[in-house]
Amino acid sequence: MPFDLANLEIAVQILGLGWGGIFIVMFIIYLVSLALGRIFPPSEDE
Amino acid sequence: MALVAEPGRIAMMLIGAVLMYLGIKKQYEPTLLVPMGLGTILVNIPGSGVLATGGQPGPFQILFDAGIETELFPLLLFIGIGAMIDFGPLLSNPFLLLFGAAAQFGIFFVIIVASLLGFDINDAASAGIIAAADGPTSIFVANSLGSKYMGAIMVAAYSYMALVPIIQPIAVKAVTTKRERRIRMTYNPRAVSKTAKILFPVIICIIAGLIAPDSLPLVGFLMFGNLLRECGVLESLSLTAQNELVNLISILLGLCVSVKMEYHDFLQVDTLIIMALGLLGFVMDSVGGVLFAKFLNLFRKEKINPMIGAAGISAFPMSSRVIQKLATEEDPQNFILMQAAGANVAGQIASVVAGGLVLGLLL
Repeated sequence: MPFDLANLEIAVQILGLGWGGIFIVMFIIYLVSLALGRIFPPSEDE
Repeated sequence: MALVAEPGRIAMMLIGAVLMYLGIKKQYEPTLLVPMGLGTILVNIPGSGVLATGGQPGPFQILFDAGIETELFPLLLFIGIGAMIDFGPLLSNPFLLLFGAAAQFGIFFVIIVASLLGFDINDAASAGIIAAADGPTSIFVANSLGSKYMGAIMVAAYSYMALVPIIQPIAVKAVTTKRERRIRMTYNPRAVSKTAKILFPVIICIIAGLIAPDSLPLVGFLMFGNLLRECGVLESLSLTAQNELVNLISILLGLCVSVKMEYHDFLQVDTLIIMALGLLGFVMDSVGGVLFAKFLNLFRKEKINPMIGAAGISAFPMSSRVIQKLATEEDPQNFILMQAAGANVAGQIASVVAGGLVLGLLL
């Protein structure tokens, strides 16, 4: 299979945007989880 | 006679037998490897009626077109998986979410390596997604990208998942010291309310949908399953999703996957390379997760056992058990199972987000 530089460029872009994107999504979910814990604390019977 | 003329068919039947052996004797993902193994034998019998009969599509082909071409089977499987997941350990220690992101590194590493080897970017991405350690996501992404290596990707995704207890200890030990593996972590879980558990899957759908809309089929079905579990009023549906639905789809999926296991498609050097890349991805996931934990330790007073990072892959609960076993090997009194389970659940969310983001970037 011939190596195609354009494919490699896209692959590096996917690394940056894809892996970075996952960190952003997971960080937002992290903040949401903290907020849920604060806004909806467990009641006494929980 | 046709079998002798085409030895590739005999080779594939042997591969089918090996898959069944691994499923039955070694109990590696038997729900998928057993039907996939028998299916591989059936599709490689010359003139097999399971693929086509009387000029019409045969039952396997019909199942494949209805369940995999349309992507319904992997999505339906996600409802059951979502119903099985308890996000409690994650919500009580949300910091672990970041390990789910870190341990997806193998996906992107493999995409680059596959591109360097000359694979088309869609096939490279499909090979990379094997490293999501998540069978349904691998099938969904590879099918959406029209990869011609579907058979290899599915076999690799499921067989490597079954081999996590062998692959992960080697990878983790290669990048950690004994001293690091002995690090103890205190577990102070925060109590989580029922309301938070119910709202969590709904909010995840909205966030994932806004940031990566292509991930919504995966995330939406997964979180729907979890909502069935957590809402507290649909217990019978939750149990059905966890048991009957998952079992039924696994049978159909395992059988119709074999449509892509015909010898002329499968016995290619490219296929073997794709499978090797998948294995590399699994290793690099663990390495990425561990190195991320080590990086965080540079800034933390209370050190994290870096093995927790490797548990951020999607193979739940196998990966967290493997990490606990590794910790116990070094220090019998070291219990990090709950932290590992939290990272492992985070890996399940991160893998579907990864699949959606890769699709979003390529479609």
